[in-house]
Amino acid sequence: MKSEGSNSRGNSYCLSGSLQTVLGWRYIPVIVATLVLIPVGTVMLSFLSPTGEIWQHLVETTLSRLLLNSFWLALGVATSSAVLGVSLAWFTAVYDFPGRKIFSWGLLLPLAFPAYVLAFVTLGLFDFTGPVQTSLRSWFGTEPFWFPNIRSRMGVIIVMTLAFYPYVYLLARNAFLTQGKRSLEAAQSLGLNSAQGFFKVALPMARPWIASGVMLVLMETLADFGTVAVFNYDTFTTAIYKAWFSMFSLSAASQLASLLIIIIFVLIVIEQKFRSRIRYAETKQSSRMAPIILTGWKSWAVAGFASATLFFAFLLPITQLFIWAIDSFAEEFNQRYLGFLWHSLTLSGLSALLICVISILMIYSVRRHPDMVSRMAVRIATIGYALPGVVLAVGIYIPLAWVDSWFSQMAMQLFSIETGFLFQGTFVVMLIAYMTRFMAVGYNPIDSAMQRVTFNIDEASMGLGVSGWGMLQKIHLPILKGGIFTAATLVFVDVMKEMPITLMTRPFGWDTLSVRIFEMTSEGEWEQAALPAVVLVLTGLIPIIMLTRQAEK
Amino acid sequence: MLRIYFGRFLGVIFICFASFSANFSYAEQVVVYSARIEKLIKPMFDSFTKETGISVKFVTDKAGVLLAKLRAEGKYTPADMLITTDAGNLWEAVQVGLLAPVESRKLEINIPSYLRDPQRKWFGLSVRARTIVYNTDKVNPAELSTYEDLANSKWQGRICLRTSKKVYNQSLVAMMIAEHGKEKTEQIISGWVANLATDPLSNDTKAMEFVAAGKCDVTIVNSYYYGRLIEKTPNLPLAIFWPNQDGSGVHVNISGAGIIKNTKSKKSAVMLLEFLSSKKAQKLFTDINMEYPVNPKVSPDSIVAEWGGFKQNRMNVVKAGELQIEAVKLMDRVGYR
Repeated sequence: MKSEGSNSRGNSYCLSGSLQTVLGWRYIPVIVATLVLIPVGTVMLSFLSPTGEIWQHLVETTLSRLLLNSFWLALGVATSSAVLGVSLAWFTAVYDFPGRKIFSWGLLLPLAFPAYVLAFVTLGLFDFTGPVQTSLRSWFGTEPFWFPNIRSRMGVIIVMTLAFYPYVYLLARNAFLTQGKRSLEAAQSLGLNSAQGFFKVALPMARPWIASGVMLVLMETLADFGTVAVFNYDTFTTAIYKAWFSMFSLSAASQLASLLIIIIFVLIVIEQKFRSRIRYAETKQSSRMAPIILTGWKSWAVAGFASATLFFAFLLPITQLFIWAIDSFAEEFNQRYLGFLWHSLTLSGLSALLICVISILMIYSVRRHPDMVSRMAVRIATIGYALPGVVLAVGIYIPLAWVDSWFSQMAMQLFSIETGFLFQGTFVVMLIAYMTRFMAVGYNPIDSAMQRVTFNIDEASMGLGVSGWGMLQKIHLPILKGGIFTAATLVFVDVMKEMPITLMTRPFGWDTLSVRIFEMTSEGEWEQAALPAVVLVLTGLIPIIMLTRQAEK
Repeated sequence: MLRIYFGRFLGVIFICFASFSANFSYAEQVVVYSARIEKLIKPMFDSFTKETGISVKFVTDKAGVLLAKLRAEGKYTPADMLITTDAGNLWEAVQVGLLAPVESRKLEINIPSYLRDPQRKWFGLSVRARTIVYNTDKVNPAELSTYEDLANSKWQGRICLRTSKKVYNQSLVAMMIAEHGKEKTEQIISGWVANLATDPLSNDTKAMEFVAAGKCDVTIVNSYYYGRLIEKTPNLPLAIFWPNQDGSGVHVNISGAGIIKNTKSKKSAVMLLEFLSSKKAQKLFTDINMEYPVNPKVSPDSIVAEWGGFKQNRMNVVKAGELQIEAVKLMDRVGYR
């Protein structure tokens, strides 16, 4: 009897042991980091080529203005996304007010909007020539002096906040749903009111989630080119584009982009340093309290706030897009759209799957071996999101073409056959490219969720003879489920919106919805781009709605 | 054991890949990297395939990205032809050694010499005229004369411009440097900036909408954008003015093409290039996008013809490439965003 018992325990340990060796857990972050380092390194290698002249020019003319612009933009978007995302998450997670059910998923919908699409729609509506200002002028007979100039720093910050706040909202809500009311109860039992409870207990406890979300927002903001281009608001990325496309210096562009990576890297390290001082406890998800019911003006104020956000971030722009799409439908729509849709779905779906699986493996690896090497590897593995997509795309393409050329040469020498390029323009390459770019988007939410799984839980379950796959399945996955779903959705939607990597690495004829948008917008035909944009947004809604259903369960 | 299987597996994969790509390389076809978007180039390709049986495979992207791609691919590139929407990027492609010279009587007859590379490495396929568009309610065309005149203080607060980040403006300023020299051009451009009614706009259409709405009186745009806008909203108070008619002529740029040096099917690629300069394809260029044909034997689309004839600046467009970096720096110096 006794021996049998120890035997079964031995088996399960053995299983986890074999799992380790088969998968090489330990090395997974290192492998992924290496994959990411190849393009990032390619970009950084640019420091070997001299570009002094362009630097000198930038320093003498525009650089200080661009840096200042980037700084204010990053600060503005990060702060306002944090405030908007966290407050909305808190209200929908903890309180009950009119329309709460709808808002709790509706507020995620803007995620499906590519930021540059939101930018051109918003600008189209509120600019000097847009319907709003035009009607105002015809009513008052003169230019209304009090109308704010939307083509300004404030305008860009508002549009980007509306596009990016869902990252924070999604993650913060996840945190509040799993601990919010409970922490509030604890706070109330200590005699704090709900506002104090929020600031003193719930907010600090949700820190890792909020920080992950804000980090994503920051990276997205600093690497953005499309949105700021619509506003003609010059940032650091503008200099990158100018160096490359106008002054024909990919090296100078890459050097500038490398600086961006370094800045983000430092920010990530700082954030992690702060975070690592705090330990988080798991709470049970199952026993959920009834929400606190808001009454009177408070309930309407909250509902109004949520409605306003939803209106400007989603309802208004989607309506305008629909109107434009109907106008161009007859001319633009044909059966090729099925192909675009299929290509977009395939790429997004497979990338989401790949990135989530790899994220989980990485997280487990770091958990088992939380040494310097693994931690560093993880940070490197998630840095791709900080680069402007088009720079990363070249970083991926150059080594790839090199490998391909090498293969071609070998094939020629060994078998004297002409193979052409084997890897370029294949699916696998696209997936790896997306992985290097979007690792952070998948990793962060799952990692935040993992903070809930304490080592006590692991020990307890091992004590009960559950370890290895069993532990993963029975103990961890239920806790991680929310995080994984969140990660998959974010990756899915982000890949769908992605443009430069898709453009550069797609096989011949493999156009996606975002490629179609590029085709239209690059000729300035924004309104023609409405149809692919609408299809893209609607498709992006599918996983978002699935996600919210899952979260509401 | 495992090793043998693995070896076999690799072998099978390799053969699959090889036969797959071999299939592609033996069929008669031309591969094009195009910065000109699908809608504006596919009809010409289709017409070519119909006529010759040679298929055309193409991929679109930004010109700068396509250049980076070609450089990375080097000797083994699948591409045979590069198409851009400006002369600057073609010039750069020559600088980095991507394009091969083409000897062709047909091309030389069909394309005027100022619209192709003196080294025969690229050829203009359509002309894009960058001209003045003004508000007919607010401007008497007699007030207008030249690009340079827009720096005059009488235009204070009356000009809208597209951003200097667009290559069309960079080419325009580069050609002005070629004509007037750096110093004088810098004075002109800072005059423009001083006369701006509002911050530079992100595209030509937007700039014209601002003119139509009365925020400013004149702007500088490519004529086909005017054509598209007027086709969609015919009642706008906008009209075209052809500047510099007593001087050097209207600034023109090209959408053009060159043959990739490492092409494996040069003959077919040159056939395609010649076809694109032929009457049949030239007609498509002007009909589809209201651009001007390069081939003097082809007359512009009927709507385009209504805007009247004009004198083109006959300085070779290669200057737009040579002086582009200079132009960008100049515009940065005077604060033209």
